[in-house]
Amino acid sequence: MGRYVARRLLLTIPVLLGASFLIFAMVYALPGDPIRALGGDRPLSPAVVAQLREEFNLNDPLVVQYVKYLGDLIQGDLGTDFRGREVLDTISQRLPVTIKLTVVAILIETVIGIVAGVLAGIRRNGFLDNLVLVSSTIVVSVPILVLAFVGQYVLGLQFGWFPVSGINEGWYSYLLPGLVLAAGSLAYVARLTRTSVAENMRADYVRTARAKGLPRRTVILRHTLRNSLIPVVTFIGADIGTLMGGAIVTESVFNLPGVGRAIFDSVRAQEGAVVVGIVTLLVFFFVFFNLVVDVLYAVLDPRIRYD
Amino acid sequence: MTDQQQADLLHDEVEAGTTTGLASPSVDVTKERQNSLWSDAWGHLKRNPLFWIGAVLGLVFLLMAIVPQVFARGADPRACNLSNSQQKPSAEHWFGFDQQGCDYLANVVYGARNSLIIGLLAVLVILVLGLLVGAVTGFYGGLLDSLLSRLTDIFYAVPFILGAIVVLRSGFLGRGVAAVAVALAIFGWMTAMRLVRSQVIAVKSSDYVAAARAMGASNGRILIRHILPNAVAPVLVYTTITIGVLIAAEATLTYLGVGLQRPAISWGLQISAGQSLLRTSPHLVLFPSIILTLTVMAFIMMGDALRDALDPRQRA
Repeated sequence: MGRYVARRLLLTIPVLLGASFLIFAMVYALPGDPIRALGGDRPLSPAVVAQLREEFNLNDPLVVQYVKYLGDLIQGDLGTDFRGREVLDTISQRLPVTIKLTVVAILIETVIGIVAGVLAGIRRNGFLDNLVLVSSTIVVSVPILVLAFVGQYVLGLQFGWFPVSGINEGWYSYLLPGLVLAAGSLAYVARLTRTSVAENMRADYVRTARAKGLPRRTVILRHTLRNSLIPVVTFIGADIGTLMGGAIVTESVFNLPGVGRAIFDSVRAQEGAVVVGIVTLLVFFFVFFNLVVDVLYAVLDPRIRYD
Repeated sequence: MTDQQQADLLHDEVEAGTTTGLASPSVDVTKERQNSLWSDAWGHLKRNPLFWIGAVLGLVFLLMAIVPQVFARGADPRACNLSNSQQKPSAEHWFGFDQQGCDYLANVVYGARNSLIIGLLAVLVILVLGLLVGAVTGFYGGLLDSLLSRLTDIFYAVPFILGAIVVLRSGFLGRGVAAVAVALAIFGWMTAMRLVRSQVIAVKSSDYVAAARAMGASNGRILIRHILPNAVAPVLVYTTITIGVLIAAEATLTYLGVGLQRPAISWGLQISAGQSLLRTSPHLVLFPSIILTLTVMAFIMMGDALRDALDPRQRA
């Protein structure tokens, strides 16, 4: 197990390097001169432009710029944006918002998704089963963008149940954006649980448990569910990284000051360092949670052995 | 045995099947010949209402993209009159007017073309890339496979929308319909590649491939005639669903301001423009959202139905 984890960790290094270089190269290719844009209406003097270009390594070839960036990165220095603000500051200020949003979304998708999936799976082709199937097809088909506006208009503006934008009401302001962000995964979790439970309900060990007279509740909760949840838990684990990266739209519509919005603002302002820093961080989370899931597989399912 | 008795027996069997798992609903073995995967799948598809809903919706939107004039009720999307600004829907103008006083039905209808073109174009690029890289890596293996698979991992690690935003903002593709499609494809081909690669690996060591090789077939012929046809079913399902996902992604990118730009007509632009007027004129966000959702739904429903039909293991 230890060797497996070590090997997987080593394999993630080239992925992280490659992904960050990919983003770095594309941001570097952005048209226009960010230094000139900094001056706004009053053009900067050539000497100042030259000095700033030198300071931000804008005169070096792409690969040299990237290597210099990496060297700083290893020392915990993510660089500064063009206004002299530390990228690390921006991230540490914005990240808690995105993490809270992700936590709310994961909780929603786990609780509602698993309950709906179990109810559907234990009575296949029953009313609840069909309800879950049809509603999950519909939810999967609604783009997050549309869902965000429907939620904002109906639940926020018409009914007034939720705040429409911002994070001024603590955790409560994250509830509606979290629900919107979670919706697609929620439907997927429900389907996954349903299929898995329905399959396990027909398994031999469940019949045995029933035959020895265990109450239905115990059979479902202790025997069926425990085994059915293996694929579900792994999906949810991997989804944490996906949700953090996918929060751009939700954060834009609901005006949450998280990293998703920061990326978007920085792409517009051609703040290369900020974009590369945050995207690398998100890629890191994504890869990390995928790694955790792979290891979790081995822990949860003793039939799988990694050597 | 009377028909009634037979029906009862069948009923009992089915009941027993759901509780014990011993007997499954009996299969009609009196049919003359074994059906092929495709005719079997079509038989299944025909009886799936989800497929028909999706197919009819898809056809409607396809027609809308080809001949929008028919659906626009005679209105020109660019013939605008400011005195009509933000008028509510009426019997004469079903979707009302936007802020510039343009007929909104005409605008929403004309938006279908860009969305469908981008969805189809992007999926085409994804298929070409996915098939090419997937087939080569799966078939030849070795160092090439390791290198290309790691490359796939790198692309896979970048969140889809995020990658597309950076590509579009970097501007080396421009900002037109083709640019958006290619940007979506650059960060969307990895799943198709993995699908093809795993299918190729699964069948390349089978006996009939060895037989073909023994008869002197070239690598290319083995790959195209004997191995890749196995991947058609999963790739078809994936393609159908992905068109829907890509259409939604295009609207999202355009909404975020990195996709299509005015004067192009796009649902993402309409939703974006309507956003600030949500309190006073919710219909400006509502109508493009509904049509966008129905379009996406059409492809996802068809894909779902195809998967159920093509994968016999998932049938109850």
